[in-house]
Amino acid sequence: MIAAGIDIGSITAKAAIVADGRLIAVHTLPTGYNARRAGEDVFEAVVCSIGMNPTQIDAIVATGYGRNSVTFARKTVTEITCHAAGVYFLNPSVRTIIDIGGQDSKAILLDDRGKVRDFAMNDKCAAGTGRFLEVMARALHAEIEDFGKLSLEAETPSAISSLCTVFAESEVISLISKGEARENIVAGIHESIAGRIGAMLNRLKWSPPVMMTGGVARNIGILKALESRLGNEILVTEHAQVTGAIGAALIAAMDEAK
Amino acid sequence: MTVAAKNQKLHSVSRMKEIMTEYYIGAKTARDTGKKVAWITSGGPVEPLLAMDVIPVYPENHGAMIGAAKMGADLCQTAESMGYPSDLCSYARADIGCAATNGGPIGGLPEPDMLVCCNNICGTVLKWYEIQARRFGVPLFVLDTPVCHQGFSPEAKRYVRSQIEDYIHFLEAVLQRPFDREKMQQVGKLSIEAQRLWQDVLLTLRHHPAPMSAFDAFFHLALIVTLRGTPVVIAYYRELLAELNERIAEGIGAVENERYRLLWDNLPVWYRTKWLSGKFASWNACLVADTYTSAWCSSLPYMDPDDFLGSMAEGYARIYLNLGIDAMADILMEMIDIYDVHGVVMHSNRSCKPYSFGQYDMASWIRERRGIPVLLLDADMVDPRQFSEAQSEARIDAFMEMIAT
Repeated sequence: MIAAGIDIGSITAKAAIVADGRLIAVHTLPTGYNARRAGEDVFEAVVCSIGMNPTQIDAIVATGYGRNSVTFARKTVTEITCHAAGVYFLNPSVRTIIDIGGQDSKAILLDDRGKVRDFAMNDKCAAGTGRFLEVMARALHAEIEDFGKLSLEAETPSAISSLCTVFAESEVISLISKGEARENIVAGIHESIAGRIGAMLNRLKWSPPVMMTGGVARNIGILKALESRLGNEILVTEHAQVTGAIGAALIAAMDEAK
Repeated sequence: MTVAAKNQKLHSVSRMKEIMTEYYIGAKTARDTGKKVAWITSGGPVEPLLAMDVIPVYPENHGAMIGAAKMGADLCQTAESMGYPSDLCSYARADIGCAATNGGPIGGLPEPDMLVCCNNICGTVLKWYEIQARRFGVPLFVLDTPVCHQGFSPEAKRYVRSQIEDYIHFLEAVLQRPFDREKMQQVGKLSIEAQRLWQDVLLTLRHHPAPMSAFDAFFHLALIVTLRGTPVVIAYYRELLAELNERIAEGIGAVENERYRLLWDNLPVWYRTKWLSGKFASWNACLVADTYTSAWCSSLPYMDPDDFLGSMAEGYARIYLNLGIDAMADILMEMIDIYDVHGVVMHSNRSCKPYSFGQYDMASWIRERRGIPVLLLDADMVDPRQFSEAQSEARIDAFMEMIAT
């Protein structure tokens, strides 16, 4: 049986295909302003990438903020449940997930069967999310892809205290004007995010092993800052960004098998 | 995707609307009928006002109406443009904005002849009522109820009791006539009877399926808040109770196919009750209890119908919001057991700090002691600018997925 999962995030649309319990393809595209179109495009792209056509897919589940725009999906499931299913597939020993996506960050606790035991999300504020990092990259005239590497070169991370994205951006601009090294500012931004996420995790009473998912997991600077905040190793797989889509595909397959 | 289930409407709703319309017409025409109007806080001692034939008016009930009418953002902004910060309680902002413009769903509240403020619900009401007393140039009475962390000391009792006497002198001075102790006895008895009936109404929700939901209770609450102490409330709650008992006998639930039972903590999100109620119903989940509406019968153990004035000091001091967090948690745990719930939804209300304070601790105690999940929803009771539908939807759906699998 072949099943697809589509995860429409605020920045990136992701798709995954599983066949008989194996992951066979993943694909990502920018979401843009039309979530419905992004869902169609990323689905078509992932199917084409393995030389198949959409009619050969037995079941589709959509997830992410744009999940309701994927009209061809059989059902929608939240990204919290999908990330849990995806992580359990990738590494069943994991008990805590940190998912930092474009517009929110989540901490999810799993039981030994991969079921969500509890979760917490950031409140209505973009600080500590992928979008926050994008705003900061713009202020620093840096590429977001270089953020991780840059922060590892920092001597002393700058103190960024604002909880609000807009105020934090002003803080960054004022640090730039004072001649603060870019590396230090980037490291400071990462530490501020790690502080927020760390507090959210501690509130949930997390336990190891911890895995990080979502696009921001590719940022080595955030990962290191979080590891030092938690005093614990954080696992990351090459599928971090598409974990939700993988989980959605697995749920689709499971439902179809019922 | 879950199929949307429809919420069952109660017939009593239309009678309730009639009563509230009549009440507001009576209040708005008080000048013509020669009656006096007092603005009073939701947890304030209203019975002495009724004993003196004064019409009580509740800015908080009005705030709820403003929220439900989706007029909160505009009126809050009016208050903000007058210089009040957006961190101030949205009931206070809506009321201040409304008083300045006569806006809102009923063109503003009738002007008060006096204000009565009891700080058993929060500290914000003190400054809020001082501001309004200055605006209208009318006298203000403040009943100060110390927080009852544990029990109610004889000193606290004496302190609050002495203020009840001050309250009576205040009314005599403002109204220029002696306090009617005989009528006070009658009003007190009616008030206690109404609270008992309200408790009976809420207790019907123990049944599976629950004959109404907390969303219905949010609506039917208006009478126990505004008109307790009058006979109309008693007649109405009897009628409602009869309808609910009929539903129980026929096995009719507020939510078709009720499968999951939830408890709500904190004030409603007034501008989103319909959306929230539909959202939970689509998961076959019914909110069968809430800490908010049950606060209007939580003082019953301390009230004595034969000595209303003597017992009201304790009754008004020991309401849910004026307790220590341990005592609040005990009540919450008891409700979880009585109403047999699968999970708790906590509205982390930007406006109501005393209510939202302690929710993280409370949530972890619920998980530990009762082993059921807790959802925290960030919102505000009146100001929709503090609400994000996409965020709330993701949280509720994930919470229900967790309970349902």
